Amino acid sequence: MIGKSPLVRRAQLMPTHSNTEHSDKIPAPLEVHDLTVAYTKRPVLYGIDLVAPPGSIVGVVGPNGAGKSTLIKAIMGLLPVASGWIEVFGKPFQQAVTRVGYVPQRESVDWDFPVNAMDVVLMGRYGRLGPMKRPTKTDKDIAMACLEKVKMLPYANRQISNLSGGQQQRVFLARALAQESDLYLMDEPFVGVDAATETAIIGILRELQQQGKTLLVVHHDLTTAPNYFDRILLLNMRVVAYGKTNDVFTFENLQNAYGGRLSILSEVALSRVQKKAEGDSPDCAPLGGPS
Amino acid sequence: MGESGDPPISACGRPTQASRGSRSQSRSSFTENRIGPWGTRIKGSQSVLRWFGSILILLVFSSLAHAAKIGEIADTDWTEQAAEFFALEHPAIRAAALGTLLIGFCCGGLGSFLVVRKLSLLGDTLSHAVLPGVALGFLWNASKDPWAIFIGATGAGIMGVALVGWIRQTTRLKEDSAMGMVLAGFYGLGVCLTTMIQNMVMGNKSGLDSFFFGQAAALSSADLWLLGAISAISIVLILLFYKEFLAISFDTAFAKAIGMPVHALHYLLMALLTFAVVVSLQAVGVVLVSALLITPAAAAYLLTDRMHWMLILAAGFGMISGILGAFISYLSNNLPTGPLIVLGSTAIFTLALVFGPKHGLLTKSLRRRRQRKRIALENTLKSVFHLSENSGFKRKEFAVTELASERNLNLPSAEREIRSLVDAQLARHMDPEPGTEWSGKARFQLKDAGWLRACEIVRNHRLWELYLTNAAQYQSDHVHDDAEEIEHLIGEDIVQRIERRLRNPIRDPHGRLIPQKNQITA
Repeated sequence: MIGKSPLVRRAQLMPTHSNTEHSDKIPAPLEVHDLTVAYTKRPVLYGIDLVAPPGSIVGVVGPNGAGKSTLIKAIMGLLPVASGWIEVFGKPFQQAVTRVGYVPQRESVDWDFPVNAMDVVLMGRYGRLGPMKRPTKTDKDIAMACLEKVKMLPYANRQISNLSGGQQQRVFLARALAQESDLYLMDEPFVGVDAATETAIIGILRELQQQGKTLLVVHHDLTTAPNYFDRILLLNMRVVAYGKTNDVFTFENLQNAYGGRLSILSEVALSRVQKKAEGDSPDCAPLGGPS
Repeated sequence: MGESGDPPISACGRPTQASRGSRSQSRSSFTENRIGPWGTRIKGSQSVLRWFGSILILLVFSSLAHAAKIGEIADTDWTEQAAEFFALEHPAIRAAALGTLLIGFCCGGLGSFLVVRKLSLLGDTLSHAVLPGVALGFLWNASKDPWAIFIGATGAGIMGVALVGWIRQTTRLKEDSAMGMVLAGFYGLGVCLTTMIQNMVMGNKSGLDSFFFGQAAALSSADLWLLGAISAISIVLILLFYKEFLAISFDTAFAKAIGMPVHALHYLLMALLTFAVVVSLQAVGVVLVSALLITPAAAAYLLTDRMHWMLILAAGFGMISGILGAFISYLSNNLPTGPLIVLGSTAIFTLALVFGPKHGLLTKSLRRRRQRKRIALENTLKSVFHLSENSGFKRKEFAVTELASERNLNLPSAEREIRSLVDAQLARHMDPEPGTEWSGKARFQLKDAGWLRACEIVRNHRLWELYLTNAAQYQSDHVHDDAEEIEHLIGEDIVQRIERRLRNPIRDPHGRLIPQKNQITA
């Protein structure tokens, strides 16, 4: 039922909007076309167009209330779509759920819930298990391996409220890893985490990228964004700019997105990117996929 | 059905009275409260206090009831009755006991999901919303036909929950306001309808009163079948969909993102809850059934950190409070079952709150006390270090009076401190002759363990002072109080980090030597 309405709309839109030269190639991990999302009457996202090439880390950056989380939720069908369509590996989201991993915002759940870290990571396997099936030994082994990967194995049996913010975030990341997906959607994974966790997370993101996975990461910190992402979607209710980090991180674009409220720190980050671009531009765009 | 079929209120007096036409008695019991619902009277005073006392006694000495069964204690009348009750020989008692056990099981287990999802008020909404359905179900053929009432009540309950969802989605109102309104609105309608029915001709025999406060004795065999069926369905569905219910309860968005039918699962859970509420109404009553959903689950929540244990514990607590409520209601003769079941579960919750091994109040206060004691010991040790330091580390043996003046204490307090040091194997007395042990002149010396601990504390204190003045730019005369607190709390790991950061300092901001790690261990 949920998947139907976008499908119908898509059928109407395809002839006029689809890209003919694109149709022969392998479908992109994520393609969003002319997406508009409205909570009540006023849209929060207008006409979003986005294609994430395979093996890329796309940072979604923008001011508060720009609709960053809304975009991720709309992609996963958690919010009704007013117009436009979304495709994951050439299919509507509902038909590709097992290929998408999700890291929600840490505040979105009640951490006093009576589960331990292992239970949470095991939930990552639920999507593959199907209804009424219990997690098997294999699922538990995979969950353990994922906990190990985020260095949380010693805390597997801890109730989740007894973990620090960074550790909680790593548990969420491990749960997404346990999904063994090809496209990962992450909502502010770096918020409120310690420096060690931040480095650990970015290491795992790079590793996933090397395995050819595609990542869409909502991020609020302009100063670190250019170091983490090879593509950036600058968002403020509409797409201000999208492309390789060097092309997107310009003064005009940032000012357009943030409405002239750029802080000193953002300007520093900007100048760093520009310097880097002058020095060694080819290294800055380690993009996989067809160019 | 009502007149010809099974009497919905089965013969429910004590065996002795059952032969004396208890059927007509129990029929009228709902309009005339003077005759107890169990169709029996108990001689002597029946103050509420007395029965509350027996609740407590039973909770503390639950074995008493068991002992009474064997017949060892037979001189008080409530133990005799306990024997009668727990022998379960009489069908009415069996029905009430089985019924309340099943109710406690269903409500406790399913209520766990409400508690962890912070939807406790939804239990209240459900239980109040079913009342108009009960009345309409009764009007269907003017009798207490369990199936008609079940269908009516379930319909009304689901309507109530759906209405809450609808208000939340279509207006700016939040869930709590929606629940509050639906609860009161449906309940008001239900009270009007039931009052109207009771004013009608057949109304005085309706037995609808029991829906307000509950009467386990009013459970008919049809009710029991219904209860059994709902319990079985609940167990099977929870076992089948445990994973799904866990996922939607913990993280709905994630559950939806991995393709679970979140709405269908939510309404399945709500339907199970509605069933549980509806079948419990007879025994517990509209007003208090929500407490039976919440309280056992809340007690379980305090005791465990795993969801499946919480379900099992809550179901167990529900069963215990159910049977207790039925039993005490049987004893007390005219107290309704519902409030007693709820009191039972509240007592269990109180026990969990106080004695819970992890989050219990007692555990917490013990932990705090232990810490206070440790801090007091460490402060004494530190003072002994200062005494020794003042003597240029030449003296090892001190009098209690010296410690008293160093710590600004009176003599008895200083003696008490030394005594706890001796008890903790950190110091020894130097005057072995009897009598002088606890006088001001008594001398003592730290054992090695005590001396090491004293050095550690002083090291923590001085390093922290230095850290505050050097790294955090505090004035050196402002750092003492802060260090006084933290010296007991920082572990070796932090101390070593501070040492490294300050490049292994030798003196504190006041110029005194900092005991070094290698000196301490040597």
